[in-house]
Amino acid sequence: MSDKKEALFSKKNLKLVKDPLDDNNPITVQVLGICSALAITVQLKPAVVMAISVFFVLCIANVLVSLMRKMIPSRIRIIVQLVVIATLVILVDQVLKAFLYDVSKELSVFVGLIITNCIIMGRLEAFALANTPWKAFMDGVGNSLGYALPLIVVAFFRELLGSGTLFGYPVLENLGLYKLGYENNGMMILPPMALITCGVYIWIQRIKNTKLVEEK
Amino acid sequence: MDVNKNSYTIGFATIMVVIVAALLSSAAIGLKPYQSKNVELEKKQNILKSVGVEVSREQAKVDYSTYIKEELVVNHLGEIKEGSAFDIDLSKEVKKDASEQSFPVYIAEVDGEKKYIIPLRGKGLWGPIWGFISLNDDINTISAAVFDHKSETPGLGAEINRPFFQDPFTGKTIMEDGDFVSVIVQKGGANGDIHKVDGISGGTITSDGVTDMIDERLTKYLPYFKSISPEMKVKEILETVISDEKRDTISNINERIID
Repeated sequence: MSDKKEALFSKKNLKLVKDPLDDNNPITVQVLGICSALAITVQLKPAVVMAISVFFVLCIANVLVSLMRKMIPSRIRIIVQLVVIATLVILVDQVLKAFLYDVSKELSVFVGLIITNCIIMGRLEAFALANTPWKAFMDGVGNSLGYALPLIVVAFFRELLGSGTLFGYPVLENLGLYKLGYENNGMMILPPMALITCGVYIWIQRIKNTKLVEEK
Repeated sequence: MDVNKNSYTIGFATIMVVIVAALLSSAAIGLKPYQSKNVELEKKQNILKSVGVEVSREQAKVDYSTYIKEELVVNHLGEIKEGSAFDIDLSKEVKKDASEQSFPVYIAEVDGEKKYIIPLRGKGLWGPIWGFISLNDDINTISAAVFDHKSETPGLGAEINRPFFQDPFTGKTIMEDGDFVSVIVQKGGANGDIHKVDGISGGTITSDGVTDMIDERLTKYLPYFKSISPEMKVKEILETVISDEKRDTISNINERIID
């Protein structure tokens, strides 16, 4: 019963949002959702759009599954989770196509990627099934932000160094760097550099947060 | 209630499937009219863009009838058939045998100049790519081109729908001494060649897809081009619409240019 008296933004609940940003980041610590993170970080815009879509899908799916947690037979729970995610994603896609056509074009292939994003299923399975809807919602917010953070940082560096632009705006050209003989690093737009940039991110994160460093 | 009983599990799954199916199908049916309208307007917008008229999707509805004068359908011999170009679904046509295909042509008039718009459809890396290419009255100089795709890699192949890729097509020519050579998307840069445009780094397969698409589609229109521009010296071999020899000719030319 203590659950019900707990304040909406109690320390424990806020921890659900903060933890995934650093200590328990889904990408850099749990190494989930790496596939989509590598695929869409060539430019900032798709990365941001993907982060927003994952935010919506994860929060709603978390709450829905949490509401149904006492009804779901445990033997088919994975299937139920998948159906919830896929239904949400298809609904969102259909609505976007009808009313926000340009956004839906921007999303295109990412919609499919959201369904297969391991973070979403992971959170449903590990958290939403065992917690109340509000907690599940906070967990959804935290984890989607935790997904967004490395994604956007990696995309920022890949777009800046690989194409010399940010959100398609030619930053380096306007700074006049090309006239000084600077050239874009074409390797940054190839997939392996996503992995390396991600690795550098993890490295820097572990220098600052020594809790994450495994003891030998 | 025991939620792990077999009967409960089956019942739960059944109800879930029925609810989800009803929800999704009603959403699909209910939203269909809005979606098709968007698709239709986008097609009009793209057709206008391919003759250098940039308008918003809403404005496209009005401007389309102002600029587009004729919507023709031609057969593989270049003869005009019954029908309207706009209603032809190119994704179905390209699967048919060339002799049974219908080839849509739009004729536009922009600033008093006549332009021929040819719809394109081909294969990228992950899925279909399509577009429109417009030719000036001389059936040689490209007026403008637009491309789009279903699922090319964002940031790489997907860039074919960006102006930096599309704009260089303007002014390129598809004929060399009266023979059809098409326009080639060149990896590593066109270096000012009149039959080439710059490719996209990291998007080679999509770029090649664009090359093949333009070549394949325009080749099929050669009989029609010849009928409207009789002085065109298209090789005899190109007049028999699809022939293997023709493919070879084109690829030889390609190799020559690449070398």
